[in-house]
Amino acid sequence: MKYFKLLLSLLITLAFVVALNTKFGQIPPFGKFLNPFTGFWQNAENVKAWKDEEANLDGLKDEVKVYFDDRLVPHVFAKNDEDLYYMQGFITAKFRLWQMEVQTHNAAGRVSEVAGENALESDRLQRRIGMQYGAEAAQEFIAKDPESKKLIDAYCKGVNAYIKNLTPKNYPLEYKLLDYKPEEWQPIKVALLLKNMANMLSVYEYDIENTNFITTFGEENFRKLYPDYWAGDDPIVPVGTKWSSEAVGSSSQQSNTEIRNQKSEMYANALQKPDEINGSNNWAVNGTKTKSGKPILCNDPHLQLSLPSIWYEMHLVSPSMNVYGATLPGSPAVIIGFNDSISWGVTNAGRDVRDWYKLKFKDDTRNEYEYNGQWMKTEMRVEHYKVRGAKEFNDTVRYTRFGPVVFDETFGVAENKKFLAMRWTAHLPSNEFKTFYLLNQGKNYSDYTNALKTYTCPAQNFVFASRSGDVAIKEQGKFPIRNKATEQGKFVSDGTTNKDEWTDFIPSEANPLSVNPERGFVSSANQHPTDSTYPYYYSGVGVYEQFRNRRINEILTEGKEIDVEFMKKMQNDNYNLFAQEALPVMLNCLDMSQINSAFKPAIEKMKAWGYYNNPDSKAAVYFEEWWMTLREWLWDEMLDPNNPMKRPNQVVTIQLLQTDSTSDFYDIKTTRQKENRNQTVTYSFQLAMQNIMSKYHHPDSVTDWGNHKATRVAHLAKQDAFSSLNVYNGGNIGIINATNGTHGPSWRMIVDEGSMKGYVVYPGGQSGNPGSKYYDNMVATWAKGEYFETNFVAKPEDLGVKRLFTSTYKPK
Amino acid sequence: MKNFLLAILLTAISSLLLQLFLPWWIIAVAAFAVAYFIKQNSLLAFLSGFVAVLLLWVVYAYLLSAANENILVVKVAELMKALTKGSTTTLYLLTGLIGGLVSGFAALTGSLAARLK
Repeated sequence: MKYFKLLLSLLITLAFVVALNTKFGQIPPFGKFLNPFTGFWQNAENVKAWKDEEANLDGLKDEVKVYFDDRLVPHVFAKNDEDLYYMQGFITAKFRLWQMEVQTHNAAGRVSEVAGENALESDRLQRRIGMQYGAEAAQEFIAKDPESKKLIDAYCKGVNAYIKNLTPKNYPLEYKLLDYKPEEWQPIKVALLLKNMANMLSVYEYDIENTNFITTFGEENFRKLYPDYWAGDDPIVPVGTKWSSEAVGSSSQQSNTEIRNQKSEMYANALQKPDEINGSNNWAVNGTKTKSGKPILCNDPHLQLSLPSIWYEMHLVSPSMNVYGATLPGSPAVIIGFNDSISWGVTNAGRDVRDWYKLKFKDDTRNEYEYNGQWMKTEMRVEHYKVRGAKEFNDTVRYTRFGPVVFDETFGVAENKKFLAMRWTAHLPSNEFKTFYLLNQGKNYSDYTNALKTYTCPAQNFVFASRSGDVAIKEQGKFPIRNKATEQGKFVSDGTTNKDEWTDFIPSEANPLSVNPERGFVSSANQHPTDSTYPYYYSGVGVYEQFRNRRINEILTEGKEIDVEFMKKMQNDNYNLFAQEALPVMLNCLDMSQINSAFKPAIEKMKAWGYYNNPDSKAAVYFEEWWMTLREWLWDEMLDPNNPMKRPNQVVTIQLLQTDSTSDFYDIKTTRQKENRNQTVTYSFQLAMQNIMSKYHHPDSVTDWGNHKATRVAHLAKQDAFSSLNVYNGGNIGIINATNGTHGPSWRMIVDEGSMKGYVVYPGGQSGNPGSKYYDNMVATWAKGEYFETNFVAKPEDLGVKRLFTSTYKPK
Repeated sequence: MKNFLLAILLTAISSLLLQLFLPWWIIAVAAFAVAYFIKQNSLLAFLSGFVAVLLLWVVYAYLLSAANENILVVKVAELMKALTKGSTTTLYLLTGLIGGLVSGFAALTGSLAARLK
């Protein structure tokens, strides 16, 4: 009995220990997670205990001092560039390690190593579109440039110096929650991070969707609903600008008939596209438009809002540079920012840089594919997945001259014999780091053009301003030369010949550029880079911005004596140009006799609306809900998941509503009768109002736009408890303040070249630790449209007293 | 009573010191050893192990959290809503209970083992 009791007690004790030390599904190991000595309690950062620190680090060449200001922005002062980037890596890891790793795991298709089988399909997709493959190509290419290699290596050394000193007790909270540990930081991760950006930004092609549309609805409808250009468009390079070069070498020799034949196909597989609101604004005005007589530059990239934020603010000083701005945690250099001579910012170029090719394999082994009448061998790449809590999974991806075969019998909706390979500029060997490194120390316009020259992907519109008075904007990236006659790359291409193959790229000098234009400003908002006179053919069907660009250009054209306050107001402008153009048309189509009288006050509210999507507006709630419903029902023909299509853009939709009252598209497919325009517009209004009423119960309790939209800045592992929810602010898609429920300006920056001052804000905080006061402390400031003046100085002595603590690092 | 208090004190102190360098479950070893050497009946041995680590963990967690102005404890209580209903008090209790139970059963095992002497 004695032994039995002892054994039982021992077993219970051991069972407790084992159970509490093990992760069950989503449940963290409670013993590890909850004990105050190494568990989450250790991440409860002491709010006052910021103390100066000193450490000796392996691999540093010289002493580096890092001053943290009152927002926890590090001001790094190093004596050489290697130490500077070493320290950038070290400090970024200190505050953002988990984020750095999770983003690169995501890019590399390795989330299932942490999250288990649930993440396997999304991991497979990442590998099958060649994210890891592209990163490897980039890394090899970077290694050929000794200077880039040296600096990236220094950055990685810094990250690893931090990781090496970590003990389980001070792992970032998410490692404890998900029960795993950080791994060494390798140069490939820097490349992966840029591929992650590419996968967010350079994926705007609709080859499959366009092919499906033209097959389903015919060519006439396609021309009408997906025009290359539209009236009133306002491109980045002002209309009428003369082009210096003629187009060289266009590659396709395919005839129109062959193209038509290709279009009679349907594809059930298409990649999901990023949120439509992804985009950005940037502009720079020159001295003729400003109070100070010097340029002012502005930039706000619109991305998914997250905690930790995608950006980390830093000030980097070495003998060769003094640069300030937004860095990408995991990559060296400042991505968007300014130095003592120039400033720059980016918006995404919506141009199509990814093409799909339909392949023909010889047999079921899929080892050979037809190309110009011959059989070519595929290259096999076996991808291994170490799935947590499950068996290792292997996936063979076949690579062809048209890139990886993304969809085949093993992946995507089963569709016999429709093998699609993907050619993408993100697979090209490239060194984007170099561009940013050169920009970071740029002094003038010629340094800017030199820095941009080799930049490949994701293509961006780089805006520029200098202290000496120049402003410029250039769309830079590698763009395949396309045949206009065959609209090469707009539809799924034939992969059995070389006729639609990329042969060359548009020379960098021929990329759209505007320097010191007469109007006194340059700007971009993801619209067309040029008008139709540009010598090279390109397309970006359905993605080019139609409203923000015109609003920006209108404000800047009228603007005089512009100062920083003017720009602050402008970046937070909530004017809904789309509503101004769409609402009167929509109201005109309403059949008032059919409208429920309880909904009539909503119509009055919209009629009296000044088209500002301000947070306190109620009309904006009615309009946005109505428009979303209308769009859904008007283009309901395109919602079949097995026949993916892209819905036409807003300008086209307004035009259709204005000029065509009987189009077949108005018909609502699920009803027996055939609806016309007014019926569908009226129906969608009723439906939208019913939805609003079922949410708010009474017309008087309908809330305002800020509450209705309830912007969320979500934690990267989608934990509500670590997210900022219900952030009250205005805006929406198509508005300069392009904030919807989940996406928005992820970084707002204004640089005054006159005073050499920067004004910045982002919806997050410098610390990635949910247990830190500095985790989300800037969200409220961001939501209010306010900014922080940057502490941009040349010498540490000038930093002033607003300093939390100083770290001194010396070589070991 | 004297042994009871002494056991609590020794368990708490040794758990504290050992956890500075070793994983959390070292508390089981500490509680076992204390109960093995300090003679008590099984129930008191269990209770002294339980109370010692419960108090140690709750007090330490509380001190950490106070210095943090409770920023994190509120978030984690919310994160573990299914168990805590969002209450930070429940989160403290859960923390204490986990340490206490492991330590209590380890102490019970220790006192049962001591009886084999």
